Amino acid sequence: MSKVRVLVGTRKGAFILSADGKREKWDVSGPHFAGWEIYHLKGSTVDPNRIYCSQSSGWFGQIIQRSDDGGKTWFQPGTPPGETKTPDGMPKGESNKFSYDVSKETGAPLTTHQWYDGTQHPWEFKRVWHLEPSHTDPNLVYAGVEDAAIFRSTDGGQNWQELSGLRGHGTGPQWQPGAGGMCLHTIILDKKNPNRIYIAISAAGAFRSDDAGKTWKPINQGLISQFIPDPNAEVGHCVHHVAMHPSRPDTLFMQKHWDVMRSDNAGDRWHEVSGNLPTDFGFVIDVHAHEPETIYVAPIKSDSEHFVPDGKLRIYRSKSGGNEWEALTKGLPQSDCYVNILRDAMAVDSLDSCGVYFGTSGGQVYASSNAGDSWAPIVRDLPAVLSVEVQTLA
Amino acid sequence: MIRVVLPAHLRTLAHVNGEVTLDLAVPPTLRSVLDELEARYPMLRGTIRDHDTLQRRAFLRFFACAEDLSHEPWDTPLPPEVAAGTEPFLIIGAIAGG
Repeated sequence: MSKVRVLVGTRKGAFILSADGKREKWDVSGPHFAGWEIYHLKGSTVDPNRIYCSQSSGWFGQIIQRSDDGGKTWFQPGTPPGETKTPDGMPKGESNKFSYDVSKETGAPLTTHQWYDGTQHPWEFKRVWHLEPSHTDPNLVYAGVEDAAIFRSTDGGQNWQELSGLRGHGTGPQWQPGAGGMCLHTIILDKKNPNRIYIAISAAGAFRSDDAGKTWKPINQGLISQFIPDPNAEVGHCVHHVAMHPSRPDTLFMQKHWDVMRSDNAGDRWHEVSGNLPTDFGFVIDVHAHEPETIYVAPIKSDSEHFVPDGKLRIYRSKSGGNEWEALTKGLPQSDCYVNILRDAMAVDSLDSCGVYFGTSGGQVYASSNAGDSWAPIVRDLPAVLSVEVQTLA
Repeated sequence: MIRVVLPAHLRTLAHVNGEVTLDLAVPPTLRSVLDELEARYPMLRGTIRDHDTLQRRAFLRFFACAEDLSHEPWDTPLPPEVAAGTEPFLIIGAIAGG
């Protein structure tokens, strides 16, 4: 019988929630890495037992953890348990090392970006926001980091190399931090075309590579951001998240700071599909596993009030790819609720009846086993949830 | 024998309980203690000193014998009590309050 495994990153550790295909009774494992911020965990689609985890701390920096047994045990990829040195006696532990590419051979990419006050500021590595395993090789994984850059590991997370063509893009000096930092938070790999990668940065915008990450093109035409000097600028837009259905890699859905957007030409042009949403500010956006025109968002009141409007926790679903939205409320609190749902905190499973999952700043993780028609909490009292991913297991 | 006290998060990461003990040439220095610590526990590389610059991470402090050694040169000899193992070398997360 099929199973699902929900991977939850929180402010104070990671949790793994498991259930059979009915998705009624849940086993909760954790906290893993208690006390650390877990920005993201994600499993490989090639080898579901392979899970990558970003563990970080303002005090102690970035750690990459990996599990090869579905989250039962973990290790730092460069440092297997019981094996702390190389044969020549040198220490390992390189898996934590994210060094920006400053080599002349690759063009010595830019070293400054725009700071909050408009001055130029050095690029400084802070943390990994998002890990995206390859669809073809469990040892190939991408990392989106703050300050914004994309790294790649081809050896299961032991060593990381920057894909410096992105940070070296000519618009780099115009990129600036959003309120959460200058983070590269979204990485989408096209199953049909391994050379195509989409990424998004707050607050620079969305970019696309068609040569496996060597060069990048900003894809922000049609985005309008009234809070920046040129609302139609090539870069500078605060994109919060982007989602794609694997069967339609040219169709993208975006939750921008304000506005829900859609592109049908791989990001070359966007148009707004906010329609009848009560507010079009928000962070998450996701696509139904089997219906490429069914999408989900979680409207948030405003950029200064990061909680759901009217004290009601409502997920909105559109079955027409945007513009026409319905509120999904069954099983969700409809009074006195003031939580937020962060950009990586929603996921869908691929069981016949699509499951939808999201986590809140209040520590709840909700699940729907019927595509959002009704919801129930899996857990209510975790630390603030930063990310939710789900694995559908045979 | 040098005794090193790690903050709780790093003890978890290094899979150790209580103090860490290191055998070092005399006199031990900040640099030699951290070099040996990272060699014994490579999972700590990058968590105390920056990977690239090898500078102390901003929110960590070094103490021994009630003295703040955080800003001392890396090759400063540690106090004799630390070298003798009667006092520990402390690595502390900088916390200003609750």
